Amino acid sequence: MRQRLSRLDTTLSPYLYVAPFFLLFAVFGLFPLLYTAWVSLHDWNLLGGHTFVGLDNYGALFADPHFWNATGNTVGMFALSTVPQLLLALGIANALHKRMRARTAVRLGILLPNITSVAAVGIVFSLLFANNFGLANWVLGLAGVDPVNWTAEKWSSWSAIAVMVDWRWTGWNALIYLAAMQTIPADLYEAAAIEGASAWRQFWRITVPLLRPTILFTAVIATIGGMQLFAEPLLLASGRIEGGSLRQFQTLSMYIYERAFSRDFDYGYGSAMAWVLFLLILVASMVNFALVRRGSR
Amino acid sequence: MSLRNGPSRRAAVLALVAVTVLGMTAACSRKDDATADGKTKLVIQTFGKPGIDQAVAAFQAAHPDIVVDHQKLGELRDFQPKLVQWLGAGKGAGDVVMLEEGVLLGYLRQPDNFVNLLDHGGGDLKGNFLPWKYQRGLTPDGKKLVGLGTDVGGLAMCYRTDLLAKAGMPTDRAEVARLWPTWEAYRAAGNAFKAKNTGAAWTDSATGVVQPYAMQGGDTIFFGQDNTLIADSNPNVRRTWDYANSLISDGLTAKLTTWSKDWEAGFKKAAFATMPCPAWMTGVIKANAGDEGAGKWDVATIPGGTGNWGGSYFAVPRQSKHPKEAYELAKYLTGKDGQLAVYKEVGAMPSSPQALEDPAFRDSRNEYFGNAPTGRIFADSVRTMRPVFLGARHQEIWESVFMPQLQAVEQGKSTSEAAWKAANAEARGRVG
Repeated sequence: MRQRLSRLDTTLSPYLYVAPFFLLFAVFGLFPLLYTAWVSLHDWNLLGGHTFVGLDNYGALFADPHFWNATGNTVGMFALSTVPQLLLALGIANALHKRMRARTAVRLGILLPNITSVAAVGIVFSLLFANNFGLANWVLGLAGVDPVNWTAEKWSSWSAIAVMVDWRWTGWNALIYLAAMQTIPADLYEAAAIEGASAWRQFWRITVPLLRPTILFTAVIATIGGMQLFAEPLLLASGRIEGGSLRQFQTLSMYIYERAFSRDFDYGYGSAMAWVLFLLILVASMVNFALVRRGSR
Repeated sequence: MSLRNGPSRRAAVLALVAVTVLGMTAACSRKDDATADGKTKLVIQTFGKPGIDQAVAAFQAAHPDIVVDHQKLGELRDFQPKLVQWLGAGKGAGDVVMLEEGVLLGYLRQPDNFVNLLDHGGGDLKGNFLPWKYQRGLTPDGKKLVGLGTDVGGLAMCYRTDLLAKAGMPTDRAEVARLWPTWEAYRAAGNAFKAKNTGAAWTDSATGVVQPYAMQGGDTIFFGQDNTLIADSNPNVRRTWDYANSLISDGLTAKLTTWSKDWEAGFKKAAFATMPCPAWMTGVIKANAGDEGAGKWDVATIPGGTGNWGGSYFAVPRQSKHPKEAYELAKYLTGKDGQLAVYKEVGAMPSSPQALEDPAFRDSRNEYFGNAPTGRIFADSVRTMRPVFLGARHQEIWESVFMPQLQAVEQGKSTSEAAWKAANAEARGRVG
């Protein structure tokens, strides 16, 4: 009996130990995911009743110009912010990898933007990018450039938002790259130096290929974050969920919020959109995965 | 210490299970709604700065068997989604909740979420409110009373004396009011102001004049009395649209988006000379223009003389276990004494005609605005206002459809005609 209990202990215990995570994930992760799918098949108003409508919400979604506008905005802002962000982070990490004064202070310093509240970042940057009395337009004015109406155009609002996102996340990515760089053996560089490889060549031929798994990780994380962009554009729009007079910078998350929580409380429609966003993130992550893997082969 | 085997390991497993179970029961435990000494506990949920602390204290003093728990739940945008979820879930909402006017109009579509106040004698309170304020708390068929009015936003025109003086125009508020008896006169004065090249615009935005203009121009705006969308056929809407666009084409607006950082900075930078201002906006102007703006602002009568912008209501959710007591609380807070107490606390303008006539309100002046007799100016604007039917989705159609399109015209991203077509198509698509 005692022996059987002990055997049960060794076979069952590991599962018991990991169970809390899976329990919590099931309650707070899996269940909402599946329930959202269920809701998306209904005409579901939070205050009214709900009736099963099959895939009608998805049908309406694909015919909704605001949805496509939001999708285009989200993908556009994601590309505009992520590509420079990761390249810049690589450059910064490479610079920080070298010997320098106050290295720890600088390394910690680049993470500071990341621990700043996103609301504070949004408010400060929407001040900088204010149309009439903003610092950005003042600086442009010094250079003789006409003031830009930041929130009126797609390219200008996207750029302002990309600057906010990059200011916040570049340091974080740089620190991850830096950690990965420190695991690369120094003798590889020594050997390369003896062979006469320049620093530039060493960076592209040794550092980047060996960072491949890390780059993939940051790309996937950036995809997940970028596709769910919400606070920065909302604050640039002075809190208006439409994101600009003609929805110039409304993201998918904002449109989901608008339909599900802000105006007509159409939970069914919002849920359908949330699922499409989920699939979009999945596809984008897989594309990233494929690109990064192939690009480094 | 190793957890590999023995009692310590078993203890760890037990602890883990215990913590998980405890956490779950704690999450499921319920709040009780009666206090230990058998008193009835009423929860009132508000947003913004309701200013009801003194009024609630007075109510409690008069009702020793009731304890009021006042929950301030942040700004409207934080509070509203929570309230919707509580109403949907059937629990969590207070016994009395504060509803902003646009929010209330939306709830009139689903009045069953709230107690019909007519069942508790709400019909007798009609005389305690400005006629249009009372009417907006009723469902369109007039059979259910959802909300009792708190404050209103009587309308005036705020202006900068320094900018008018710079343009050689009068600055005394009686003379200034004569500059704009009508909206057309307001536009003409704007063009005269513009000709003097003061470097400032006439008004902050084209969108600011829309609601004041439309409220005077007819008894309906976007929706007919039967709640059908008439935005494209109602001459009042088209006239208002054309008027707002005439301000844009005359170059009289500062093109500032209301509530944006730019707009806030515009007050300090003296970017515009006038703006239609509801009573509560005087506080916003004071905060945005700051100390250096003191004495530079003044208040005159709005073109056309009447108008209202904003205001709130108290309602009793159906899930309340004490609807009778909750009604009494809402009745007290929206009565003359309750409203005057709120006015003293935060300056919100009463919707009770008795309170409006009370010297405590009527004789009040605003020091920041050149000691203007704001009590009289604002009270006159709401007392003579005719009731305008707004409809359940007025706020949505204005703020999310017509206002952004008008801003697009102002930004030069669209034309008046294209924006008009786009706004009406979008409104039609939303309302069906």
